Amino acid sequence: MPVITYRDALNQALREEMQRDDRVFLMGEEVAVYQGAYKVSKGLLQEFGEMRVVDTPITELGFAGVGVGSAMVGLRPIIEFMTWNFAVLALDQVLNSAAKLLYMSGGQYNIPIVFRGPNGAALQLSAQHSQAFESWLGHIPGLKVVTPGTPYDAKGLLKSAIRDDNPVCFLEGEMLYNTKGEVPEEEYTIPIGKAELKREGEHCSIITNGKMVLVAMQVADQMAKDGIRVDVVDLRTVRPMDVEAIKASVEKTNRAVVLEEGWELCGIGAQVVDYIQRDCFDSLDAPVVRVHQADVPMPYAKNLERAAKPDAAKTIAAVRKVMYLD
Amino acid sequence: MATKVFMEALSPTMEEGRLVKWLKNEGDKITSGDPLAEVETDKAIMELVARGDGVLRKRLINEGESRPVGQLVAVIAAPDENIDALVAEAGGGAPAPAAAGAKPPADVVAKSQESAGATSVPQRPSESQGEASAPPQQKTAGTPPARVESSQNVPAAMPASAGNGGNGGPVRSSPLARRMASERGLDLSHMQGSGPGGRIIKRDVESAAASPQRIAASAAPPRPAMAGDTEDVPLTQIRKTIAKRLAESIGPIPTFYLTAEFDLTRVSEMRAAMLELGDEYKVSVNDILMKAVATALAQHPEVNAHWLGDKIRYHRRVHLGMAVATPDGLIVPVIFDADQKRMSEISREARDLAKRARDRKLTPEQYTGSTFSISNLGMFGIDQFTAIINPPEVAILAIGTAQDVVVPDADGVAVRKRIRVTMSCDHRAVDGAVGAAFLQTLRRLIENPLMLVY
Repeated sequence: MPVITYRDALNQALREEMQRDDRVFLMGEEVAVYQGAYKVSKGLLQEFGEMRVVDTPITELGFAGVGVGSAMVGLRPIIEFMTWNFAVLALDQVLNSAAKLLYMSGGQYNIPIVFRGPNGAALQLSAQHSQAFESWLGHIPGLKVVTPGTPYDAKGLLKSAIRDDNPVCFLEGEMLYNTKGEVPEEEYTIPIGKAELKREGEHCSIITNGKMVLVAMQVADQMAKDGIRVDVVDLRTVRPMDVEAIKASVEKTNRAVVLEEGWELCGIGAQVVDYIQRDCFDSLDAPVVRVHQADVPMPYAKNLERAAKPDAAKTIAAVRKVMYLD
Repeated sequence: MATKVFMEALSPTMEEGRLVKWLKNEGDKITSGDPLAEVETDKAIMELVARGDGVLRKRLINEGESRPVGQLVAVIAAPDENIDALVAEAGGGAPAPAAAGAKPPADVVAKSQESAGATSVPQRPSESQGEASAPPQQKTAGTPPARVESSQNVPAAMPASAGNGGNGGPVRSSPLARRMASERGLDLSHMQGSGPGGRIIKRDVESAAASPQRIAASAAPPRPAMAGDTEDVPLTQIRKTIAKRLAESIGPIPTFYLTAEFDLTRVSEMRAAMLELGDEYKVSVNDILMKAVATALAQHPEVNAHWLGDKIRYHRRVHLGMAVATPDGLIVPVIFDADQKRMSEISREARDLAKRARDRKLTPEQYTGSTFSISNLGMFGIDQFTAIINPPEVAILAIGTAQDVVVPDADGVAVRKRIRVTMSCDHRAVDGAVGAAFLQTLRRLIENPLMLVY
């Protein structure tokens, strides 16, 4: 099976879906002539022309709104945000238009749109450009929120997102674009709303999503050396969340650590813990522990940034705690 | 509309059933016909199935407990349906407290009357009697005052999770630990917690369960007759690996075979001597072999076992299956508690079962529940053969024909009556040496048959 980057996996998904359905088009800052700020749209302008790969001015609210309007009249737009931090400007269109039109039109307008771009922290991009938005977006009924952590998941889920008749927020990662993984040549899609057990263990569940999946896998490798085998549950989709997968894992291991990129309060992990206490109460041998970003705007200083981010060492400490090893 | 789940009569003679294992959790969606629990009847382990759709809202008894036929054991209802009245009717739904749950059913009934009386709903007790038509329960319900006054019922009603520790404070424990303790009938208040602040956690319950002086739940209720008949031993890692590897190698049941030849000289002498006493003392070689096998099994529970996939169930009672050829095909009726029976009883029962098998008059109870089987083709002149294991049993003994064999002797050679047996063993559960040890015991018994009457 070919090993390709997360970036190329997304590129393949875009190309294949644009070939498959000529209503699909890509719009955003630098997506066409510059071939994408992170080169995700490389070669698409050449193949599909400027009617279907559209450069925009720096006007997030404006082009997100154009996207929603075009979806209302039958097109299937993919709106690229250079980062989700910039999409804050466009949230009115995401939350108030895209997410609610089907409901408020009494079912007359489906909005088959994908909003996509890198999410969360990279390296030293400081407070305004290092935010993880899955909990913000996951809060909104009417949206689907997808956070693939591997090239395979990125391609299969982006194809499903583009084919979905409702708005999907697709959260990528600047630090993920260069990561590599096996992606089959043949056509495949991954259903939205299905978690995957990325590692099978027995002693503790790590429930996570997005780029934290890579951290969880590191933890699993490292702890396996001490004979501690963890289940790594990659949620893949944050909304709708695969409660059954969480339940199956925690009922097996009796212990859980929830690892997320964002902040603690009202975070994804808070929701996961709620499902666990509701559905797995009698299976728990220890209180669930969460690993998340420190409750501060992301510092710029390298040492402070490192201290603020969730990482393998913090996750290992959490696993040891729920296993009563310390 | 709620569906009440009763302890059903799963065999014609069943008066009470022991709930071996819940197959559904509270909250699980249930469709009519779904197996809800495994229930041990007087003869076998059967499935209790749902008679309605909905969600399993409430389990009213714990694993390991027994209830008379007709008693409410669970409630299936819609997720939002109010089932409080039903639960109250069954005695307040006593499953979580280990102590209360282990009380015999009669006390639970009495308690429900007590609480019903306290809430001044006089018709409740008679309703619950009406629901459960089992005679033993009605009998108890007729004498409630004595039960209610009995002060020992009061502590029993306290949940184990709120039990007292040594210092009088509450016992802290994880939800899992509480569940495990309840399932195993252990009392948390006697355990030492190794978690933060003395919290009792999974490993504490496991070590308490493993320790030789297991502390049973307080109140020491009389155990039902069937409790302790089996012992479930979770598979060790090495056992799991052996099981997996060998199964891959040979098929669903990785079978190996052990053949031995036993000397029947003394068996023949014994038969002859008994026959001289009169016809009523006539026993066949097969009867003696069955008695010997049953006796050997009682000493080797490791082959008197069932393979259950994730565990091995060792049986402390010996229910000996005997393969019988009928015009319809093979059937294996069972001599229950064969190790406890005298040779004459085995002989009579074996003849009766074989006749019933040929007449197709066996009831299901008579051919289910065996813990080990034998197959004898001696009467067909077969020297030796291998038999197929009757799952979930882990071994079967194939018996060939008794014949005269020339064997070396102190004086040169002698002609002796000998018989060949071959044991087929499920290697997932039984290793070669374990099977061989059983055959060793069997040889000792057959070659010294007086031990069978010792």
